[in-house]
Amino acid sequence: MSQLSLTESDRDEMLATIGVASVDELFRDITEAVRFRGDLGLEPALSEPELVRHLEELAAKNVDTTKELSFLGAGIYDHYVPAVVDAVLQRGEFLTAYTPYQPEMSQGVLQAIFEYQTAICELTGMDVSNASGYDGTTVAADACLVARDVTGRKKVVLAETLNPQVRQVVKTYAVGFGLEVVEVPHEGGTTDPEAVRRAAEGAAAVLFQQPNFFGCLEPAPDLAAAANDAGALAVAHVDPVSLGVLEAPGNYGCALAIGEGQGAGNYQSYAGPHYGFLAAKSEYIRRLPGRIIGETTDLNGDRGYVLTLQTREQHIRREKATSNMTTNQTLLALAGLVHLSWLGPQGLREVGETCMSLAGYAQERLGLPAAFPGRPTFKEFAVRVPGSAREAIAKARAEGVHPGYALGRDYEGMDDVLLVAVTEKRTPADIDRLAEALRSGDSA
Amino acid sequence: MAAEESYPDGLKYHPEHDWARIEGDEATVGITWFAQDALGELVHFEAPEPGTSVAKDTSYGEVESVKAVSDVIAPLSGEILEVNQKAVEAPETVNEDPYGEGWLLRIKLSDPAEVDALLDLEAYKQHVADS
Amino acid sequence: MKLIYEQSQPGRRASTLPRYDLPAVEVPAELRREEPPRLPEVSEPELVRHFTALSTRNFGIDTGFYPLGSCTMKHNPRVNERVVALPGFKDLHPHQDEESAQGALELMWRLQEILKEVSGLDACSLQPAAGSQGELTGLMLMRAYFADRGEDERDTIITADTAHGTNPASVTMAGYKLEKVATDARGNLDLDDLRSKVNVRTAGLMLTNPSTLGLFDEHIVEVAAIFHEAGSLLYYDGANLNAVCGISRPGDMGFDIVHINLHKTFSQPHGGGGPGGGPIVVRKSLEPFLPVPAVVREGDAFRLDSDRPKSIGKVRGFTGPFGVFVRSYAYIRAYGPALREMSETAVLNANYMLARLREAYELPYDRLCMHEFVLSARNLKREHGITALDVAKRLMDYDYHPPTVYFPLVVPEALMIEPTETEPKERLDAFCDAMLTIAREAAESPELLREAPVNRPVRRLDEVKAAKRAIVTFGFEEHPDLSGEVGEGRQLEVQKGA
Repeated sequence: MSQLSLTESDRDEMLATIGVASVDELFRDITEAVRFRGDLGLEPALSEPELVRHLEELAAKNVDTTKELSFLGAGIYDHYVPAVVDAVLQRGEFLTAYTPYQPEMSQGVLQAIFEYQTAICELTGMDVSNASGYDGTTVAADACLVARDVTGRKKVVLAETLNPQVRQVVKTYAVGFGLEVVEVPHEGGTTDPEAVRRAAEGAAAVLFQQPNFFGCLEPAPDLAAAANDAGALAVAHVDPVSLGVLEAPGNYGCALAIGEGQGAGNYQSYAGPHYGFLAAKSEYIRRLPGRIIGETTDLNGDRGYVLTLQTREQHIRREKATSNMTTNQTLLALAGLVHLSWLGPQGLREVGETCMSLAGYAQERLGLPAAFPGRPTFKEFAVRVPGSAREAIAKARAEGVHPGYALGRDYEGMDDVLLVAVTEKRTPADIDRLAEALRSGDSA
Repeated sequence: MAAEESYPDGLKYHPEHDWARIEGDEATVGITWFAQDALGELVHFEAPEPGTSVAKDTSYGEVESVKAVSDVIAPLSGEILEVNQKAVEAPETVNEDPYGEGWLLRIKLSDPAEVDALLDLEAYKQHVADS
Repeated sequence: MKLIYEQSQPGRRASTLPRYDLPAVEVPAELRREEPPRLPEVSEPELVRHFTALSTRNFGIDTGFYPLGSCTMKHNPRVNERVVALPGFKDLHPHQDEESAQGALELMWRLQEILKEVSGLDACSLQPAAGSQGELTGLMLMRAYFADRGEDERDTIITADTAHGTNPASVTMAGYKLEKVATDARGNLDLDDLRSKVNVRTAGLMLTNPSTLGLFDEHIVEVAAIFHEAGSLLYYDGANLNAVCGISRPGDMGFDIVHINLHKTFSQPHGGGGPGGGPIVVRKSLEPFLPVPAVVREGDAFRLDSDRPKSIGKVRGFTGPFGVFVRSYAYIRAYGPALREMSETAVLNANYMLARLREAYELPYDRLCMHEFVLSARNLKREHGITALDVAKRLMDYDYHPPTVYFPLVVPEALMIEPTETEPKERLDAFCDAMLTIAREAAESPELLREAPVNRPVRRLDEVKAAKRAIVTFGFEEHPDLSGEVGEGRQLEVQKGA
């Protein structure tokens, strides 16, 4: 077995040093009643070429974005991942290291995460970021816990236009957190600040998404103000790719900014692994879950980086920790840092502008009625199709084009609504194909 | 620089490694040399608000070093008259001078008879030796 | 070494992006970005150099021996990196319908079947993103199970005093109360203490076996009986599963819910702190409560089943971190039933090192160990004033990543060493030689240890300063002079807690 290097003579020497006669004897403390004898019911071992072939066969059964022109979004996006991301992630010193508990061995990871924290704070207008959360759904649960502990209140308000999976995860966690969850329905595709103000009485936090799940731009500063008026923390769930053209939540009254980092630097990969981000104003730093890297000096006075404020974390504070999180998503956050470094501020703004202009072109070419008229959008928009969205999708896919997401899967009364995502990887010619594919469905 | 090990005379002690200096119906309280030594250099004191009350044997706040966090236990009950801002802003003061500049709270005693339940110097030194 | 922000020059960029001659679409003024984010401005060559330089300042398993106890730092096979990058996996959108994701669903289903076999249990969800999240999910399952049975008085979870900190933290997040049980002189759970604490309010036990001491609980059958007789459940923290694959199955030990750390036992690379995977495997009675959607097989097809009315809901997006599943699945398929040899070799390697080191360091529990063992540097502290931390820092000068230190809490000056099975004998011997040399240095030239490390990119770092100053981002305007007074603006106000 190629992973193991002990020879027979190694084994014999080692057993003699230990003072037992056989490997089996090393397990003598295991009561026979629970000792598993025989072989595990696993398929026979595959050699490396056989293994690759088997995995290739499985992969070939999937319709990925190299096989189908895709306008599918709804939370995970086909943005361009530059080659430098792959190159950096293949560095074994990053790939095969673990949590930087011993900082002198881990200055590479520690400094990289410090740079990542800086990038996230720059994007979101916040003062402190953690080193990543699991994904864009769990960071919402994290934010609710922070809000509960800061305000002492036991209710959270979610906009209905927040990603359905995010809301579902919050509700799952809310049981153990002792939190009541209230939802504010959308009105015409966005959220009404007055409705939020009413719902947020006695709430710990208000969570809204910008752009929202329908692709629409929310009146985010007004939503934040409504939360703040009610004494609740305003938490914006934001698209990192949008933050070159959209204002940072920290600049319009939010206490926390969270989101799914995938669009900045990660492949879709059937949903993971990706990284969630969570950033906050400085007064919440002691309540934040997850790792935080801080700057300091060493014995010689040279600058270095360490895990800091570890007394928040489980390995010290145990049952009173801000979270149980240990393993996070560092490698994917590193990919995010590399991606954002590749883009730079100009590049990020251009991606946002290109997505918007392509999306504008798509809306015009499709010629389908907007599902939420009058609402500005970013890179995704919702249109009403004749008949059902699911049928429209099936017909378009028969032409090799996946036109988007059927919002009726999550929302009542939207069976005819199709959510179309346009990233900078799509071209005007791709959009022309999309229009054809949807229209050919029409005439059937 | 942490102080040398010492347990002053004239103070009363609590088994959770807190001290109290009784002044009439008021007391100044803090943590002992043993406590600050076990924690290491303090980086944070999570202090209560003046005007709130503390109850004997319960926690009124926390002190943290880089590697550990510990509740601070009230040796006596009463109302908090003052919180030592120096301990809040420069927690290492508690390590340097745990019985002087590193005091934590000044309280107005609600039940002076509780003082009798505290340990005197010899009893506390024995308690430390047993720990 | 400079931060990437310190290497930025206005106007530089590494990216090239397509531009189209299309009308621009404006963001409404009240939502528009005013100031651009200060992201790095570097060319591609400098970007690559920067991250390459960072990587050279980092130590991974690829660099050398990494005996971090309880983390299972085994070699990460490179073929796994090749297969996870296949376009059919890497470029697959999670909202793709089932018919178009049959390869992904089949892989997940097969991995579930494998994990069921390894655990000796009946149903599996791959959704949790890490061991800690698996723990929390398992506790949510317990809560749902007892609520379904109307047993609402069960509000307490019992953990071992040797437990990893995630256990009590998960207990609190799940809304349970915590009770701790002591460890006896043999390193087993103290059965008398346990019996006194199990009652009608006990929802369950959280335990890892072997424990964080690297010891297999000799009374696990009795422990399970105590809980089951009280109507409680047993949760297995799979952090130490590397010791017992194919040798003892948690389901057979009596556990009802198991989480597995794919980044420990099943070779998902640790990535500098993550990603991981924390799938859970449960007894049939708990299956209805598993997160949705479930991955099921119907004939030759694989489906996502969300029709689970008793499910606790969702703990993470979609079906979990798929790329992690690809690697772990490939890893296990490369072993086949010989997975047992993985554990046998892990245990052999650990016992060999223990035999070589037990004279020079204190051994708190005189037993054969499993895949890891705990020594104490207490003798060095007593005789020479040298701590476990000093030993750890000195190991760095010998080009080793230190073992876990100061954990578990029940052993003072603890050194927790886990070699894993992928180390050849020469590596084990060289590390033991270094540990023995360090024990000698402690007696003869302790200043070498106190000054250590001297061979790393930095010397010992001032963690007190880091905690007090809380500099957590680059100070674009006024980067403080760290040798003197801290500049304004960069230091966060951490003294006033929220």
